Amino acid sequence: MQTLYLAIIILALLAIVFGAILGFAAIRFKVDGDPIVDQIDNLLPQTQCGQCGHPGCKPYAQAIADGEAINRCPPGGETTIKALADLLGVEAIALDAEHGTEAIRTIAYIREDECIGCTKCIQACPVDAILGAAKQMHTVIVAECTGCDLCLEPCPVDCIDMLPVETTPLSWHWQQPKQLIATSTAPHNHGAPSHD
Amino acid sequence: MVDYLLILVSTVLVNNFVLVQFLGLCPFMGVSSRLETAMGMSLATTFVLTLASLCSYLTYTYLLVPFNLEFLQTISFILVIAFVVQFTEMVVHKTSPLLHKVLGIFLPLITTNCAVLGVALLNIKKANGFTESIFYGFGAAIGFSLVLVLFAAMRERIAAADVPAPFKGAAIAMISAGIMSLAFMGFTGLVAI
Repeated sequence: MQTLYLAIIILALLAIVFGAILGFAAIRFKVDGDPIVDQIDNLLPQTQCGQCGHPGCKPYAQAIADGEAINRCPPGGETTIKALADLLGVEAIALDAEHGTEAIRTIAYIREDECIGCTKCIQACPVDAILGAAKQMHTVIVAECTGCDLCLEPCPVDCIDMLPVETTPLSWHWQQPKQLIATSTAPHNHGAPSHD
Repeated sequence: MVDYLLILVSTVLVNNFVLVQFLGLCPFMGVSSRLETAMGMSLATTFVLTLASLCSYLTYTYLLVPFNLEFLQTISFILVIAFVVQFTEMVVHKTSPLLHKVLGIFLPLITTNCAVLGVALLNIKKANGFTESIFYGFGAAIGFSLVLVLFAAMRERIAAADVPAPFKGAAIAMISAGIMSLAFMGFTGLVAI
């Protein structure tokens, strides 16, 4: 009987000591991610289009935090630049034309009877918004498409159109007020209207 | 010195943990499809195995033996290993982000690697001393890394080879692992230990 108690005590002791050390380590070795990068990333439109010269929005956010110019995001356009300027406390500058111009928001549309099912656009899509399989026609998941144009170039039969998004009751948003009063904080603007 | 060298040769080649004792087969099949991940896994395993065999030896000798609680070895070793892995992960994450990027996802996986528990238990069974335990764990890890990297390189070539349809995928991987195991059985008798 004594062995039983001893076993329980020793195991409990071991567990408590380990738990205490781990708990201490969790505080002592706490790693805070770079909060500014996440904040910048929040403001970017998340098209992952790569027009800024970085592989995606997060790397560009990292680059901005490291001091790169804030005007290299065409999909975000002026609104994003303004929000970034507010966040970082710098002057808002015009969009860098070298990286593309701001266009109206579009989404990809595949003319399905012309699609030969080559899957090349599926591989190009950064957000997995194109559905299809080899030798089957493909289609675009409208809610996922960010309108980044990356699928146009690889398509061998040019059957993808970029259609402007029509404003529907679902995608219509209130216009942002031109001037924010002192107590309001800048709203999170993701550039593109969301469909939720 | 010769003793330690013998332990290394024995664990790496003769009694290879994966191919001769069949421990740690799950990561052997699981992360061997790409050479890069195999390298990361090998590094992480080497780290954890050496550390875990050391810690479990200390726990056994200084905590379980004095109280005649040897029967608790399995459960307490699991506790020790889980603790060591978690602690290492935290420290590495804080101190070396680069190393954490390489080892990061593999470290928690190794907690459940049976080779780690196997080394701890075999150390006790073989009545290895302090330094012997460390060498035994290190040798086991080197052996694991060796076959994992070799096997990953092989699988990368198999992926490009023209494999008959019935053998495609997991089947050819199993067969090549078996042949590799046969080859390692050939090391039996290399050294007597």
